[in-house]
Amino acid sequence: MRRLELGHINITDIQFGSESKIENGVLYVDEEAVKAIVLEDERIKDCKLDIAKPGESVRITPVKDVIEPRVKVEGRGGIFPGVISKVDTVGEGKTYALKGMAVVTAGKIVGFQEGIIDMTGPGADYTPFSKLNNLVVVCEPVEGIKQHDYEPAVRFAGFRVAVYLGELARELTPDKVEVFETYGIMEGAEKLPGLPRVAYVQMLQSQGLLHDTYVYGVDAKKTLSTIMTPTEIMDGAIVSGNCVSACDKNPTYVHLNNGVVHDLFEEHGKTINFVCQIITNENVYLADKQRSSDWTAKLCRLLDLDGIVLSQEGFGNPDTDLIMNCKKIEAEGVKTVIITDEYAGRDGKSQSLADADVAADAVITGGNANQVIVLPKLDKVIGTLDYVNTIAGGNEHSLREDGTIEVEIQAITGATNETGFGYLSAR
Amino acid sequence: MVKGVEAAGIPVVHMCTVTPISMTVGANRIVPTIAIPHPLGNPALEPEEEYKLRRGLVEKALVALQTEVEDQTIFE
Amino acid sequence: MIKVVHYINQFFAQIGGEEMAHIPAERHDGEVKGPGAAFKAAFKDEAEIISTIVCGDSYFNEHLEEAKSTILAWVKELNPDVFIAGPAFNAGRYGVACGTIADAVQEELGIPAVTGMYVENPGADMFKNKVYTVPTKNSAAGARDAVSKMAPLALKLAKKEAIGASCQDNYMPNGTRVNFFEEKRGSRRAVDMLLKKLADKPFVTEYPMPDFDRVAPNPAVKDISKATIAIVTSGGIVPKGNPDHIESSNASHYGEYDITGVTDLTEATYETAHGGYDPVYANEDSDRVIPVDVLRDMEKEGIIGKLHNKFYTTVGNGTAVASSKAFAEEFSQKLLADGVDAVILTST
Repeated sequence: MRRLELGHINITDIQFGSESKIENGVLYVDEEAVKAIVLEDERIKDCKLDIAKPGESVRITPVKDVIEPRVKVEGRGGIFPGVISKVDTVGEGKTYALKGMAVVTAGKIVGFQEGIIDMTGPGADYTPFSKLNNLVVVCEPVEGIKQHDYEPAVRFAGFRVAVYLGELARELTPDKVEVFETYGIMEGAEKLPGLPRVAYVQMLQSQGLLHDTYVYGVDAKKTLSTIMTPTEIMDGAIVSGNCVSACDKNPTYVHLNNGVVHDLFEEHGKTINFVCQIITNENVYLADKQRSSDWTAKLCRLLDLDGIVLSQEGFGNPDTDLIMNCKKIEAEGVKTVIITDEYAGRDGKSQSLADADVAADAVITGGNANQVIVLPKLDKVIGTLDYVNTIAGGNEHSLREDGTIEVEIQAITGATNETGFGYLSAR
Repeated sequence: MVKGVEAAGIPVVHMCTVTPISMTVGANRIVPTIAIPHPLGNPALEPEEEYKLRRGLVEKALVALQTEVEDQTIFE
Repeated sequence: MIKVVHYINQFFAQIGGEEMAHIPAERHDGEVKGPGAAFKAAFKDEAEIISTIVCGDSYFNEHLEEAKSTILAWVKELNPDVFIAGPAFNAGRYGVACGTIADAVQEELGIPAVTGMYVENPGADMFKNKVYTVPTKNSAAGARDAVSKMAPLALKLAKKEAIGASCQDNYMPNGTRVNFFEEKRGSRRAVDMLLKKLADKPFVTEYPMPDFDRVAPNPAVKDISKATIAIVTSGGIVPKGNPDHIESSNASHYGEYDITGVTDLTEATYETAHGGYDPVYANEDSDRVIPVDVLRDMEKEGIIGKLHNKFYTTVGNGTAVASSKAFAEEFSQKLLADGVDAVILTST
């Protein structure tokens, strides 16, 4: 048996202070200490910190990643193994998470595809991160840096800050403790006889330099589909290195708090035997797509699964990975529910997915990412509005003279998340 | 888009990497290409080699355009 | 007070069954007939049925144009805020009549309409994408249920309120996807759906898989050495700086660019506007997406007749299928006019 205790340290407010500490639910941040951590990377010229709270008239853009600070209190390894901590298998022992807050990295755009988080107004309804107290790290790159050099610089800076803040909770007593237990293959079959064997198959975005995901520090595009204990992601085994459309990329926060893993655990031992998590990628070569989906189907069969939930990340050609996985896994007799989102056009009348198959008869949708929304002018912008017209979901007229912004919701971070993290749907 | 061109009466060959999507969207003449970010190239090759690779693919496309097809066909 | 005109057939007007299906259209101003009573009750004080129009099912379908123009003239004169037809349940000709007249009222008079019928009624397939159609049971035993769904939808339409998703406002999916917030998050809905699927219990997919239509292949090019070949791409290749501001995702337009005299695309002259893939390789050498260099050489060598002097480009990334179809329709006409014989279309 593998067991992880996840302690919640509730953070109700963030303030700048002379010393970084957590007291009575308030996170005090020593600005200079955090800046020093960010500037450890010579590719970053300067950084600014800011705080955005729920309900404030604040817009954060362009958002790169959202990260929940955590600390490994007991058990092997550390948070973000292979990335920040040394490589070691995580997912057992005790971990504390700072709940109700996040570190948000923002700043000069990396690719086309960075998002918007509004802390109030209609836009706030579409992003799960408007409900958090956010410590925003706005990074500025050194001059002349290439996109793909700057991207990891910002990515790592966010992780370092999150780990630094997580450490502040090491000696605290959690407000709430969740316990997650999983079994070995034989053990589970003996302990939970008669319950359907279920796994979570997670597709990871892995299309290229600005569209990557890292598993224990390994670029997911160079991996074969493989098996994980579902608690490993809670210690940061998977991190985002992603600039696909903001609405349906999985920020690191979503990996740490994966909704499918959480909700399958809720049923574990009651209505299902949650056997494991299977991860697979979404590569740009057809042979890779075929090989990876062959492997997920094969693993599902080897594990004698009865059913799976399959989640996608991104859209377009990954729709093919999604359909290939679904078709092949269903063909193995394993019942499949897929989670995706839609690009049905601004009028909602177009074909939602690039690929389709009759085997995909159980679909959960995160909504139509092309839906247009008008975001009001907000009092304060953290980051810059310079890129609103070129981010995915924007166009040359997005930023209007009166300060309002007309964009598709695909520009909003997490709006149509395909791990089912949000509440948006469509019919 | 490929269907729109075909519907206008112009023979069209679809050169793309993800041939399953091409099949799903209804292209009739399909030539598989190298990779999504560089369908008609391979940055790992020397320029001359890369040109040869591209030329080979275009030749295949011309063959496809000169071949009568009745159904969706992938020209490997 | 919202004004409603209600359309029903001879049977629900209690004129008679099949033997009376031949009666022409009748107009009963100020009268409430058949299911109209239930609508009246459901409207409370918000709306009133100002007129009930009755027509025999056979008459309507056999004298389509005549029936339609008579009824349209009446409805135009009555000028209601909303038009209700049926519910028709599983009565085929009645369903088709309801759909036809409701569609005509909307299209020609600009008055919103709602109808209701059983999902297998042929009228449903014909009109559900044009007129809000509430699914009903297959017999008049489902009248109360049908009215309880049609009445609020009719009021919403009359008040020009935004109509929610089909599952919220109780109409048949009509090909238009509408976003809304669910009560449970997606992951929980996925787990719930899986539990049902595992137990062989019924579940409703949130996105039914579409049927893709097909276009027959055109005849092959006879003599490629005389053919004019054009390049089209969804890979977003544009002159450096993206002069027409083609969006990186869900493009609203396409680009048409002249390549007269261009023999090679270079990092200095072309790039991609596409936001869906790693742009580095395409930006370094756009020939990797559209093979201008190779085709120019083939033109010189006489392998092909001519490379067309314009190429057409858009961004496939997140671009609605309907938009790309519209782009293709438009530029294909230009290609035809320019005497292009064949197209090489590249995608990323």
